[in-house]
Amino acid sequence: MGRYVVRRLLQMIPVFIGATFLIFVMVYALGDPVAALFGDRAPDPATARQLRAEFNLDKPVWQQYLLYMGNIFTGDFGTAFNGEPVTDLMGRAFPISFRLMLTALVIELVLGILLGVITGLRRGRAFDTSILMATLVVIAIPTFVLGTTAQFLFGVQLGWINPAVSPEGRFSELLLPGIILALVSLAYVTRLTRTSVAENTRADYIRTAVAKGLPRRRVTVRHLLRNSLIPVVTYLGADIGTLMAGAIVTERIFNIQGVGFQLYQGILRQNSPTVVGFVVVLVLIFLLANLLVDLLYAVLDPRIRYV
Amino acid sequence: MSIEPVEITPADAPGVPLLEVRDLHVEFHTREGAAHAVNGVSYTVDAGETLAVLGESGSGKSVTAQTIMGILDMPPGRITGGEILFRGQDMLKMSEAQRRKIRGNQIAMIFQDALSSLNPVLSVGFQLGEMFRVHRGASRKEAKAKAIELMDRVRIPAAKERVNDYPHQFSGGMRQRIMIAMALALEPDVIIADEPTTALDVTVQAQVMDLLAELQREHNMGLILITHDLGVVADVADKIAVMYAGRIVENAPVHELYKRPAHPYAKGLLESIPRLDLKGQELYAISGLPPSLTAVPSGCAFNPRCPLATDQCRTEVPPLVQVTEQDGTPITGRSSACHLWKETIHG
Repeated sequence: MGRYVVRRLLQMIPVFIGATFLIFVMVYALGDPVAALFGDRAPDPATARQLRAEFNLDKPVWQQYLLYMGNIFTGDFGTAFNGEPVTDLMGRAFPISFRLMLTALVIELVLGILLGVITGLRRGRAFDTSILMATLVVIAIPTFVLGTTAQFLFGVQLGWINPAVSPEGRFSELLLPGIILALVSLAYVTRLTRTSVAENTRADYIRTAVAKGLPRRRVTVRHLLRNSLIPVVTYLGADIGTLMAGAIVTERIFNIQGVGFQLYQGILRQNSPTVVGFVVVLVLIFLLANLLVDLLYAVLDPRIRYV
Repeated sequence: MSIEPVEITPADAPGVPLLEVRDLHVEFHTREGAAHAVNGVSYTVDAGETLAVLGESGSGKSVTAQTIMGILDMPPGRITGGEILFRGQDMLKMSEAQRRKIRGNQIAMIFQDALSSLNPVLSVGFQLGEMFRVHRGASRKEAKAKAIELMDRVRIPAAKERVNDYPHQFSGGMRQRIMIAMALALEPDVIIADEPTTALDVTVQAQVMDLLAELQREHNMGLILITHDLGVVADVADKIAVMYAGRIVENAPVHELYKRPAHPYAKGLLESIPRLDLKGQELYAISGLPPSLTAVPSGCAFNPRCPLATDQCRTEVPPLVQVTEQDGTPITGRSSACHLWKETIHG
């Protein structure tokens, strides 16, 4: 187990280097960030030159990359073009996005598994059919339509919530955005759990559990659920990354100044230090989340042993 | 080495069999219409007695067992008639809660494939101990101690060290021992073993079967042994019920059946066992295939495959009748559902 974790951590190094280099090159290919800084006006040549020198933009791309990576390992993610250190931006953005992700994750976990188990056990009944249709609707409608509709309905019409989330991003404010963010994944978790439960109810060991005279509840919770959750956990591992980085739309709708918001601004202004810095951290989070899921997988299924 | 059938009536109700299936009918709803899986099956088992239910796949032997256990999938299954009396009480009329208390506690079942029948993500100790926790309200610690005791009893080496292992860490024979231990846990009155040795190596089959027979004797349990293997039956069963297309076609004490079968199907089964003294000769096989349960042939279901079939066999369903000696004295425990049983047994 220990050796497996070390090996997985070591494997992260090439993935990390590759991912950051790709992002670096892509942002570089976006064009001249200094020109973008000046918008429509032609940049003042002297100022432009000064900025280019300050941000090492006058050096070749590979040199820029090496300089950048060297700085990262000293904890310096560079400075955004507005003069603010990128680490400060991260310090503000990541906690909010993390809270948003956590809200969404809890919603899709609890509700998704609950709905999945109920529909899986009652295949073909009215409840199952309606939930199944609802998940299709949720998957089919784009998040920005659901998000803006919910914002308008609950924030503007009914006035239950503040339509925009404050910069502090408290949990209470993040509930509705969390639901909106969770919806699509929730639909997938429900469907995945449903299929898994439906498949496992026909398993021989469930028949054995019933033949042992166990109460229905115990058969479901102890024998059925744990086996059915194995594929769901795999899905959730990949989903954590999506929830963290893919919150751009939701964060824009509710004016949440999280990771998605900062990334969007960074790309819009060709602010390479911000974009690369944020993506680097996202890549790390994604890799760690997946490692965690793989370890959890072994806990759920004793047949899997990592050596 | 057959054992004479011993008639032991349970102490609490004299004359009442421990378990009695009476005229049971079960159908399955399929796309081709109703499949009549069980058509009026009756049998009894007493304490200390072993009933072997013999038949090909699709003969209804497993469905009958699942109906007794109450683990039949309904739908598509449907019980359309009959009674299942446990100590004289009809289990089909009991509430689900009542039946659940009997399940595993007084009537337990051993399944064919122990690997798929044991939960892969729970330790064997947990799965064994669960019986005591649920039915006896034992604590976690007590349940574990009981699990180790059970594993010892079915002779799993190093039970104490292996109690926390998972099913996939055991060999096939050991896994089947765990299944037996689980069925035995609460010392039930009846054990139903559905092809308990089919998935095992031949060398292990005998060990597992001997263990089962030994434990049955020790606890004076009734055993229903469902099998298609005549070799397994000979050593352990007291009486045999041969099933074909959802009906019992012959009942007989085990040595009687081997000596002189009274139904052409049973006779065919016996003749298709390879024998050392007939080495080199072609092995007998019953021609044709078992019928589809949605389209059972009219008359006797076996008639298209029967070498003796007459017109009567093609139109009239033969009732299960008492088999007698040539002079007319009835033979205890014997009956046959064949128009030509006399020719089969005496001719």
